[in-house]
Amino acid sequence: MPLLDIVNLRTHFPSPDGMVKAVDAIDLQIENRERLGLIGETGCGKTVLAMSIIRILVPSTRVHGRIMYKGMDLLSLKDEEMRLLRGREISMILQNPTMSLNPVLKVGDQIAEVIMYHRGLDKKLARSTAVEMLTAAMIDYPAQRANQYPHELSGGMKERVMIAMGLASQPSFIIADEPTKGLDASTKAEIVRLIGDMTRGRSMLMITHDLAAAGEICDRIAVMYAGEILEEASAETILSDPHHPYTQGFIASLPSRGLHPIPGSSPSLIDPPHGCRFHPRCPRAMEMCRREHPQMIKLENGHLSRCFLCA
Amino acid sequence: MRLIEVSLLSKYYSSGLVKKQYTKAVDGVSFHIDRGETLGLVGGSGCGKTTLGRLLLRLIEPTSGRILFDGIDITRLSRCEMIQQRSRMQMIFQDPESSLNPRMKIGESIAEPYRLGMKGGMNRDEIDDRVKELVDIVGLNAEHVNRYPYQLSGGQNQRVVLARILAVNPEFIVADEPTASLDVSVQAQILRLIMDLRNEFGLTMLFISHDMEVIRHMSDRVAVMDRGRISHFMDPGSKNIC
Repeated sequence: MPLLDIVNLRTHFPSPDGMVKAVDAIDLQIENRERLGLIGETGCGKTVLAMSIIRILVPSTRVHGRIMYKGMDLLSLKDEEMRLLRGREISMILQNPTMSLNPVLKVGDQIAEVIMYHRGLDKKLARSTAVEMLTAAMIDYPAQRANQYPHELSGGMKERVMIAMGLASQPSFIIADEPTKGLDASTKAEIVRLIGDMTRGRSMLMITHDLAAAGEICDRIAVMYAGEILEEASAETILSDPHHPYTQGFIASLPSRGLHPIPGSSPSLIDPPHGCRFHPRCPRAMEMCRREHPQMIKLENGHLSRCFLCA
Repeated sequence: MRLIEVSLLSKYYSSGLVKKQYTKAVDGVSFHIDRGETLGLVGGSGCGKTTLGRLLLRLIEPTSGRILFDGIDITRLSRCEMIQQRSRMQMIFQDPESSLNPRMKIGESIAEPYRLGMKGGMNRDEIDDRVKELVDIVGLNAEHVNRYPYQLSGGQNQRVVLARILAVNPEFIVADEPTASLDVSVQAQILRLIMDLRNEFGLTMLFISHDMEVIRHMSDRVAVMDRGRISHFMDPGSKNIC
């Protein structure tokens, strides 16, 4: 049984222009001790998918489907039950540490708070555990850093604090949302290595638009586009032998792979294209792609691709 | 032919009231950029590359040093003379949304230099035609002219910024991480567009980025910056640097 089993999840929210179908009929499984990378561009719905799992969306959002975690359907839990799970069982490393950290609390106290609440330790012990977490996150002078405020730390340092905080409750499942966003090249490489080391042997959903980072850390990669998953396979397969034209185009547009752009721009989630959602930008679109919506096609070794060309 | 020649350029920021402390953002930097050349400037965050880019356009005042632009020492120009020269140079910023006036339609933003009479007197129809031409050059449609920045995507807004830059017909452009806030597939589109425009209009550029792969695609020559100084120059084709 997978640790997390998402079945036909639809997360739609109302906007003045119509229903935004941010997550539209997504199926996704994460096994125990598996790290899954969710790749996609801005506005494809990947963060909304994560927020649907830990239920931190605004009340007007309509969430349908099932999210089975250790045999429980998260969507049918009471708010109180969900609160006990959130942070303790499933923790989320939020994007943008500058916005996510409390600016008026010392970072050591912020981490200690998580430990006191979720692990029931007293303040003194929680505080020393927080320093241990900072040490594990490879922060130099952890005891001094714990006494500093977020504004005194650099971007890379704040990201390390976020990671330490996300792991402080010893969660069974971690969701990391764009942990390398906004970092410069060398800091990014360090953070990727740190996340890789600290989550080894754990279960994680890592959301990113950095394919290289996902390839380094994750066992499997799912590619999301306009609210749907278009391709899913082992990390090596996605990087070396992608089948879906979107994945191929995405990789070819990387500066290290030739900088060949995909024409056009991502579609609206209010009124996504009929047929295949990628067909208006697809170099290999056929007549059928305009008319029919492709189903996920199973290829060898658990490789899935939502494209008629793979049939 | 050298368009830009910088010698011993520095920018220090002071802090502290009693005991002054200086942050050497740019510390005695010298280099040149030939006409039609793109110099890549790479370095980690906080190394001073953005400060250097802004100094070249004198958007901030240098502490010391000299910047020759087409033979003119722009550090000695009066404010009025500088404004005249500055229409020959332009800057592309990282975040297109914050470089466009949110209350101006795209077409108005692009037409503004003409309305201000920066490039000779033009009547309304001539300006409209020119705006349409520019919008087309950067790959937008005529319908975009009547939209506002919030109605466009990041990539489309960066195209608007490029159209507005072309409106003043500059010779030199400082591009400061122009695709840092964009998605990979859009980044490739915008970088390709910048390359095309550069070739078509014979532009000279300083291209700033922390992404070595991007720098490699965009530059003829690369300057590597570290703690306020240019540590070395390199050929973009060479491997294993930083």
